[in-house]
This record gives sequence, structure tokens and C-alpha cells, in this order.
Amino acid sequence: MKAAVVVFPGVNCEHDVVYALRSLGGEADLVWHRDTDLSDFDGVVLPGGFAHGDALRTGAIARFSPAMGEVARMAAGGAPVLGICNGWQMLCEAGLLPGAHIANRDLSFICRFEEVEVVDTNSVLTRAATPGQRLRIPLNSYEGNWVDPSGTGRVVLRYVGDPNGSQERAAAITNEAGNVVGVMPHPERATDDLLGSSDGQVLLESFLHSLVPA
Amino acid sequence: MKVTITIDRRPEIADPEGTTVKRALHDLGFTEAASVRMDRVIHLEVEGDDPDQVRGRVEEMCRQLLANPVLEDFAIEVDTETR
Repeated sequence: MKAAVVVFPGVNCEHDVVYALRSLGGEADLVWHRDTDLSDFDGVVLPGGFAHGDALRTGAIARFSPAMGEVARMAAGGAPVLGICNGWQMLCEAGLLPGAHIANRDLSFICRFEEVEVVDTNSVLTRAATPGQRLRIPLNSYEGNWVDPSGTGRVVLRYVGDPNGSQERAAAITNEAGNVVGVMPHPERATDDLLGSSDGQVLLESFLHSLVPA
Repeated sequence: MKVTITIDRRPEIADPEGTTVKRALHDLGFTEAASVRMDRVIHLEVEGDDPDQVRGRVEEMCRQLLANPVLEDFAIEVDTETR
């Protein structure tokens, strides 16, 4: 069982994600955003960064990359799809998750550990966690302020504070089926005590345990 | 021909940048600035002779890429003098 980590021009967390997934015993490989065949993979991670320099809107151009057709197909088939930071923004732009992202409420680029609380364990990001569990994970974004006029996004991680104005203090949301998740803080940067926290492990383990042969 | 697209964030969606600019204007004494919205204007030059056809294509551009339907509305102005 293997996860694809899609590399778009301008993302910068792809190696961290592969390293973190492998360090937890999972299999993961990088794929280029122009690849159109992900049939070797059982799940997908869209990593964080600044795809296409955030031109127009975050994720707006990346969503049209050829690989995104495969991502949509896998999402519809129930495969785990995880968008981290910029990856969540892409999933919203692609319509695979509801809502959109705007600038943080205080217009500050936030780069620090934030505490989040697990509020729903019915998702590929949280199934191994415990409801009410608190995790310290680095947030690293300017447009992390999620808005969802449709009210259909299901929050799975909630900030304990209110760092960026995100609706319902959402730090991660999922779709109805729970297989497509967007998360704003970076679990892959909190997978070893050397990094200041290993609280992201339970989230990435959830994702790895959700991978089943396609 | 020249086309101007105005992309407005819907009134019910927060505009943190507009809020900050409004605060700065008030600090400078321009307290009559009751609302500030930082909308976007995109200028296009589009090949074509038929304004209706050009408008239709630009509408499609807005729907697919240029505007986000969750957040934004758009308005298109086609300048027929510049064809």
C-alpha cells in the first residue's frame, strides 16, 4: 500500500511528507503533477507550499494539473486523499472539499506551534486519534482562514485558540465520507521529538492505516 | 478587444485586508470611509471581432478559473471601441 505525494511547481513540503510517512513504516513516493496515472497508489497527499506562486488564488491553478483528475477519481472511489496547507486550498478550489480560504484575520503570516483538538474521529486523518485529544502541530500559512458559506464541511480538528479566523475554528475538515481531508497545520513537521513535537504521528498513522489496496 | 473584469468578494465574506486599510484611513482622519473592500480588476486583451462572443468566452474564463464561486462575483465590461 503506497501513497502518492504530488509535486506541483512551488510546493515545498513534499520531501517532509515522504520522510514522515516512511519513518512511520509507510510507503510513499513523489509523483509529478503532470502524471496522469496514479494506479500504483492507494492514496494521495497534496503537500504544502506555494503552488504556482499562489498566483490568482491559492490552489487556483494547481487544481487544473493533469494529476488532479486522478485525485478526483480516487477521491470518488473512497481512497484517502489528504491536502496539507496549500493542499487543502487546492482541494477546495477543485470542489473536492467545501469552502475556500482567505487571508488570516489579522493579516499575519502565522508560523508557530498551535494546539488543536480532535473533535471528530470519522476521517482518514483522525481515525487513530481519541476525541478530545489535544495535539501541538506547527501552523505555517497566510491564507488559513477557511470560510464555508455552504456549512457542509465537517470539522475534524479545531484550534484550541483562534489564530486565523477560520470558520468554526477549523484546523482540518473532511467530506461526508471522511476520505478527503484538508488540514492547515503540518502534521509532517511534528513527527519526531527532535522537531519539538511528535503529535502529528497519530494523524499520519491514521492516514497510513486508511490505505487499502485500490 | 479590451475587456475589464471586476471580481468582487461577496459582501457576506470577510475582507481582512479591507478592514486593515479602513483602519489606516481612519487613523489618517478619513473617518468618512465607512467601508473598504479590496476587490480585484483584471484587464484582458482578447482576440475576436464579435463582442457577444468575446463576452461569452470571458464569462467562461471567470467561471472556470478567474473567480471563485464560493467567495466572489464578477462583472465583465467589453470595450468595443478598441477592437
